[in-house]
Amino acid sequence: MNAIRKAFGIVWILLALAAGYFCIFQFGLPKISSGSQDDLVFGIIILSLLTPIIVGGLLIFGYYALQGEYSLEK
Amino acid sequence: MSQQYSKAETRQQNKTIWSVITASSLGTLIEWYDFYIFGSLAVVLADKFFPSANPTAAFLSTLATFAAGFVVRPFGALFFGRLGDIIGRKYTFLVTLLIMGGATFLIGCIPSYETIGFLAPVLVLLLRLLQGLALGGEYGGAATYVAEYAQPNRRGYWTSWIQTTATIGLFVSLIVILITKKTLSAEAFDSWGWRVPFWISILMVGVSYIIRKNMKESPLFAKAKEEGKTSKNPLKESFGNRFNFKFVLLALFGAAMGQGVVWYTGQFYAMSFLQKVMNINSAQVDSLMAIALLMGTPLFVLFGALSDRYGRKIIMMMGMAIAIVSYRPIYSKMFATTDLAQKTLTENGMTQKVTTKADPKHDGDQLTTYSSISTYTDGTELKKDSVVHIQADPAAKPIAAKVTKSITVNDSDKWTLIFLVFIQVVFVTMVYGPIAAFLVEMFPIRIRYTSMSLPYHIGNGVFGGLLPFVATYFVSSAQKAGNPEWYLQGLWYPIIIAAICLVIGVLYINGKDKSVKD
Repeated sequence: MNAIRKAFGIVWILLALAAGYFCIFQFGLPKISSGSQDDLVFGIIILSLLTPIIVGGLLIFGYYALQGEYSLEK
Repeated sequence: MSQQYSKAETRQQNKTIWSVITASSLGTLIEWYDFYIFGSLAVVLADKFFPSANPTAAFLSTLATFAAGFVVRPFGALFFGRLGDIIGRKYTFLVTLLIMGGATFLIGCIPSYETIGFLAPVLVLLLRLLQGLALGGEYGGAATYVAEYAQPNRRGYWTSWIQTTATIGLFVSLIVILITKKTLSAEAFDSWGWRVPFWISILMVGVSYIIRKNMKESPLFAKAKEEGKTSKNPLKESFGNRFNFKFVLLALFGAAMGQGVVWYTGQFYAMSFLQKVMNINSAQVDSLMAIALLMGTPLFVLFGALSDRYGRKIIMMMGMAIAIVSYRPIYSKMFATTDLAQKTLTENGMTQKVTTKADPKHDGDQLTTYSSISTYTDGTELKKDSVVHIQADPAAKPIAAKVTKSITVNDSDKWTLIFLVFIQVVFVTMVYGPIAAFLVEMFPIRIRYTSMSLPYHIGNGVFGGLLPFVATYFVSSAQKAGNPEWYLQGLWYPIIIAAICLVIGVLYINGKDKSVKD
């Protein structure tokens, strides 16, 4: 089970990168540049808050998982 | 090894903890009430405080303000969590109660945009941010406080009473708004009556303040402080220390994130879906939501108690898993109840009338309202109003007609909808009932208030609080793109977030309850 936990660390890192791409290039930037007020608000919240938390948090979580920090002995 | 208590000791402990729960829960309930009346009155507030030229922009701006209230919650968690770990739980959540009560009362006092211009939305936003900060500090304190009094084998049960306060706060906010609407005429409510729920808050806060002021500090924290074991820098110890920080991340991605989206889907998104997507009239939505919430609330305590017996992890993960596979069928069924294409008009089932009156806002202009009421054989009623603005100046830029639809469902469909919302509330109780005990058990006393507050408020405040905004946007986009199931697209956000959380929770949470003593 510890081996699975460690292996999934790569999944979380990849997920963080995919989420970052999606949040920035599919959501955030197009919404900010659309010219619409509701899109602007949405885009700012996605880029300034949701993206750093999801990407930063998942990257660190994945890194810790790869390092074996979540093994049962620890 | 668990400590055994005599019957007399157990009775005394229960008496103590009931007074602790009453004091903690009442204040937390009032804070949730304060927070929710804003969201429940979002449509009214949009009209009063944001430029009315674009109703959609105004509504989304209010939602964003709603999101601002949620987005600042993690900052409140950090600020007050730190205070609570340094000076104590009791005084910190006295302060949060006063800040919340004051900000709520003042929102009810702000003149409208028509009276004071852009100062109005600015003041609303600032006060909403204060609400968010206060709430960010409240929950961690209340949950920690109760947990540190509870017997180890009943911590899930006792802390689940705190977990009922958010739903009861929402329920009370709906009831207060419903009573205010029924007591006043529609015009009076629209003019000033909407302020009443905000003003009522200050009375409730006053009572709660007196109760909380007489509480003693958490015994575990008091002991730690006496022994010099409290932290001088809880923020650094929580997030600058790898061992603690990894548990903060696990608490967020393995539990709070999924719990947050399930919570908001079952309560706020359900309400928004009924009103904005299904066009059911708001009074009927408020009443059926209130019934569903009332039916589901005791289950917080049931699942909190079950988590003492079977473990926190299994209950929370099951709740997430069942929610993930059930949401689309549930919302599909909900939508079908108001699918007018499947219904039959009664003979002479449509009545129409036209009324014209002078526009009170523009001299010389007239407003012509084309009203129709359609009655269907199953008792469903559709009321449709199209308001055409006829301007005195023929050269003026034409103003688009304003069309509003309002559906009143029949009794059978009403109970179907109540049941479908109730099912979602069951998911909420499964993921939320055990989580207070779960989060408290993850962290040591010296950094508990700080460490548990942040993942909770990011999970709920950020992931959950943004759900209505994100989901509404997905639905609008799918509708514009002509997707036949446009009304279900908003659900992808909670489904995907909860699914990721489920996998992480199952893999990484070890499921063994820990002591709250260091």
